[in-house]
Amino acid sequence: MASLVSHPDEIRVVTKRFGQGATDLDRYLALDGYQAIQKALAMTPDDIITLVKNSGLRGRGGAGFNTGMKWSFVPKQSAKPKYVLCNGDESEPGTCKDRLIFEHDPHSVIEGVMIAALAVGSHTGYIYIRGEYRYLSVIMQRALKDAYARGFLGKNIFGSGYDLDIYWHGGAGAYEVGEESALMESLEGKRGIPRIRPPFPAVVGLWGGPTVINNAETLASVPPIILGGPDWYANLGTPKNGGTRMFCLSGHLNRPGVYELPMGYNLKKMIYEVGGGIPGGRALKAVVPGGSSTPILLADEIDVAMDFDSLAKAGSMLGSGGVVVLDDTTCMVKFALRTIKFYQHESCGWCIPCREGTDWLKKTLTRFHAGAGMKKDIDNIYYLAENMLGKTFCPLGDAAAMPTMAFVKKFRKEFEDHLDGKPCPFEKAAEPVMV
Amino acid sequence: MADLTLTVDGKKLTAPAGTLLIEACKSVGIEVPSFCYYPNLSLQGACRMCLVKIEKMPKLQTACTTVISEGMVVATDSDEVRQARKSMVELLLGNHPLDCPVCDAGGECELQDMAFSYGAAESKFMEAKNHKDEQQWSPVVYFDRPRCILCYRCVRVCGEGMDVWALGVQNRGVSSVIAPNKQDHLECEECGMCIDICPVGALTSGAYRYKTRPWEMNHIGTTCTHCADGCKTTLGVRRSDTGMEIVRGDNRDKSGINNDFLCIKGRYAFDFAHSTERLTQPLIRKDGKLSPATWEEAFALAGKNFAEIRTAHGGEAIGVVGSSRTTNEENYLLSKFARMVLGTNNVDHHRTADFPALAAALRGKSGQTASMRDVLSAPAILLIGNNPTEQHPLLAWQIRSNVRLRRAKLYVVNSQPIKLRRQAAGFAQIPAGAEAHAVAFLAGDDAALDHLVHQSATRESLLALRDKLRAETGLVVAFSSEIRGADVARLVHSKFAGAKFIALADYANSRGAADMGLYPDLLPGYEPLTTDSRFAQEWGTLPTVPGLTVPAMAAAAKAGTLKALYVVGANPVARFGLDPFAFSGSFVVVQDMFLTETALMADIVLPAANAYEKSGTFTNTCGDLQLVKKAGEVAGVKSDFEMIVRIADAMGFEVRKLVPFGGGTHADMGQSRGAQSGEADRHSVWLEAHGLEPRMSPFDPVAIFDEIQRLVPSYHVSRLDLLAGNDQHTDIGEAGPGAAHDPNLIIPANDDLFSSGTLGRYSHTLNSVMENKNAPAPSEVGAD
Repeated sequence: MASLVSHPDEIRVVTKRFGQGATDLDRYLALDGYQAIQKALAMTPDDIITLVKNSGLRGRGGAGFNTGMKWSFVPKQSAKPKYVLCNGDESEPGTCKDRLIFEHDPHSVIEGVMIAALAVGSHTGYIYIRGEYRYLSVIMQRALKDAYARGFLGKNIFGSGYDLDIYWHGGAGAYEVGEESALMESLEGKRGIPRIRPPFPAVVGLWGGPTVINNAETLASVPPIILGGPDWYANLGTPKNGGTRMFCLSGHLNRPGVYELPMGYNLKKMIYEVGGGIPGGRALKAVVPGGSSTPILLADEIDVAMDFDSLAKAGSMLGSGGVVVLDDTTCMVKFALRTIKFYQHESCGWCIPCREGTDWLKKTLTRFHAGAGMKKDIDNIYYLAENMLGKTFCPLGDAAAMPTMAFVKKFRKEFEDHLDGKPCPFEKAAEPVMV
Repeated sequence: MADLTLTVDGKKLTAPAGTLLIEACKSVGIEVPSFCYYPNLSLQGACRMCLVKIEKMPKLQTACTTVISEGMVVATDSDEVRQARKSMVELLLGNHPLDCPVCDAGGECELQDMAFSYGAAESKFMEAKNHKDEQQWSPVVYFDRPRCILCYRCVRVCGEGMDVWALGVQNRGVSSVIAPNKQDHLECEECGMCIDICPVGALTSGAYRYKTRPWEMNHIGTTCTHCADGCKTTLGVRRSDTGMEIVRGDNRDKSGINNDFLCIKGRYAFDFAHSTERLTQPLIRKDGKLSPATWEEAFALAGKNFAEIRTAHGGEAIGVVGSSRTTNEENYLLSKFARMVLGTNNVDHHRTADFPALAAALRGKSGQTASMRDVLSAPAILLIGNNPTEQHPLLAWQIRSNVRLRRAKLYVVNSQPIKLRRQAAGFAQIPAGAEAHAVAFLAGDDAALDHLVHQSATRESLLALRDKLRAETGLVVAFSSEIRGADVARLVHSKFAGAKFIALADYANSRGAADMGLYPDLLPGYEPLTTDSRFAQEWGTLPTVPGLTVPAMAAAAKAGTLKALYVVGANPVARFGLDPFAFSGSFVVVQDMFLTETALMADIVLPAANAYEKSGTFTNTCGDLQLVKKAGEVAGVKSDFEMIVRIADAMGFEVRKLVPFGGGTHADMGQSRGAQSGEADRHSVWLEAHGLEPRMSPFDPVAIFDEIQRLVPSYHVSRLDLLAGNDQHTDIGEAGPGAAHDPNLIIPANDDLFSSGTLGRYSHTLNSVMENKNAPAPSEVGAD
């Protein structure tokens, strides 16, 4: 169990039960557990959706779509069963928040799924947990078993006459399955390859039924919103960016860890105050603001509010909340190589540009960093990424292309320093740490 | 559906709602390139070649997955789109081995075409290509893994198209690879669809690989000579030391009734033609042994003996057995030769379906027979008996495609849980041999239910099935050879609104043999043996007493009354289990490709050309008439047509009466012919279609085809369409009265997917695939 960190600026909404033994159902109940679902049972589905919509809660998986809005797309009447899925396939490098929720507060995810199910009229939910999080599956299984034992799940939940089943499902170890339609394929027992859209999951999703799929943190945020009200939650953050979010601080920091901070928290403050600054008083070089797929920010670009809209304006993305801090000992070519190695390894191979593009990027960057680079390689790397961007079947190709283009654009000088057989100028520097 | 209007590259175009953008573009001649998109298979959006710019969409969109909408404005040729395509080709070529000079697909490779059209001639990459070793998946399927571009066409055609699901994808990312169902090899129907659908040279054919360059072949579109479905096949031929060798069979141009479908037989089993056991020289029995002889000797001896026997004992002392694999012209000629030259009605062939009964039941009613195309478009299909997956692969393909693409309802009544039940909306498993009872029940006789209740088929389920069938309109009913005689009439007269029928026979021209009157009691077109038949008027006085069937010929030979037997392309000794010594006292002439059980006992054996080595027409089991075109050639053989004429000539018969050659208008196009071959070809098709080409020789089948069209009413089809390579449906309801024959002589061929009578015995491919281990023994499929 990872040790927990804290900071006075934190506002604990999703993390409020962390470290308090809430995996135990009785502890969870004592800490206001399963109150929100009971309140929701007394509400109409439309009221639940409106409430969540008004809270300004936006998807914590990375895309940042308004959660209540997403729920409202599910048709009221459906010949096929409707489903609610919890996307717990947290795999974005630099991101480590969902695992803490599963570890410390699994019932909050279950309760979030239950409320979402009520809102869209679904009687079946699935909690999909990343394959590598095997130990968390054990915790989730126990939590589900306990909830069933108390009659919170199954037939006639809380005596309401509403039937609801929730199952857990483990992944087989693929980043790609974090993409919602690939997750559904995986859940159906097939290769984890994304689907053609449209139709969108809200209309044709799991097993062909209308499906809501939300990130684990998003769903865990729902019960507090039901209890605290939409205005309370919305006011925690900035306009259109309601509430708090879990930021995963990693890299060259004195106090790395997961902190729950209000949306719109200043990035500079996050690095220097919450994260305790850079060890050894070294200078900041760059920051990856929202997981490895988000374009990197230079040291002079970090005076920015950490919400979806402000980061988009700054040319990057809030993504999944994985903040990776790099100091001036970091070789950006090596960092680019490390990043692309990940995407090359995780590309599902379905479409040409991602399958072939990531592989050629990896091959070229490997040679380039080893000192056999040529001047034209720099343009080729950019060309490869540019020709992947927006042309792949799913966003994984973009996730590989966007940071790569940013590395070349913002650190061309550093690439050039690797030319002419010169050794990597940072060779002795420590490799950046990604939690 | 309503039509929508959109603009593509500045062109306004209209297409029905629901049309895919890529198809809408194609309809006005705008090609949007693609690898993974393949009509009638599920959409993939994987190759990204078809990216186009659609106004108001931030990103480029795949034309293969985008459904058109009203007012859509599309650019398929902007700089942005061209660059996207170019980069896809660059990425593909990055790891694709550039072994085009030796690759089977070189010259007909879609990746080559794309590189040619969209650039990417320079590689931006320095690193080594990823390599994986080539694999052999079966005797007919090889997989060169690095050449694969992962378009997943093979996976889909095998699964969705064939319902075999033998191919899949293993690993992920750049290590992704197509894999066969049994780890290192395939166990499947060995149809080879995956090979032909492969846009590059990744999947190659065991029969064809590394044999030739595509442009060194001639391509001849003809009709397959195996089962009775009549697939069109394009044979690739090239010169060899013994003639023109067929090296490939496919139907990549998607012409014909089968679109791009072929089974293992159509795609590979042309190899019997090159068997080392082919007869290439006439044999005459001398001192008890068959010894090589010249053609002149053989024809002279056959002619002399037939003439003497006819003069001494009358035509009834001579028997004639025809074939279900020879052309319509040959069968008609044989029928005419027997009656006119030999003066006998002792004419028969191996019957595999009751066409005379169908002709009788549908007499005077046109439009009640289904073509193979109808099977693809009918709203509902009833299949009684038979296992089309094994015996009628094209019929099975048509049924599966119709169910999959048009949501047709399939109803199956069978004694076995045949594979097509997986597509069935209703399946009744009846006891073995109860097909006739099933017909009686479907026709309304509830007493027949007692014979049908079996396993999952309860009274209720059977009654419900019949109710469903009665509610269908436009049903196509295909029935096996167990339905014969009066049962055919009963089925045809069942209360199925607007139903169309197909009698399922077994060989490539079984239907043609029946249509052309290879019966002892029926003339061509199912005409009875009357003195005033149009054939009697045309051919002169004909015998009117019904002749002998094959078993009766053997009995007569044993009794000493049958003095001569003429067998054209058949093996009655093996097929009917005849005692070869019954013919010890008879003069026997056999025309065949191989020394069959029947040929072994002959006095003269004449080496015959097969259907790939001659011209004419075939009629498939549905009645679809198609051209047979000469593709291959083997030195030392003659067509059955020529041999029949030569024997008639040797008998002293005036051959112009047998084959009305000559006549027509001689139209000489002078230098323009050949100089502008495209025009000349069209011109010659037109001339031929209108009967204006002179039939220069008595060996020209078209001279007989003229007569068939004149005298057999159901063959009054468009000659122009036929000669242009299209199928023409002949309607048995427009033929003569039919019936009369003995339906007990219908004997199923019992061939499966990997056997094909005599041809299958000599096909190396059919015998090499491991799935053939359950094939029937040669003795069981001994004939035709």
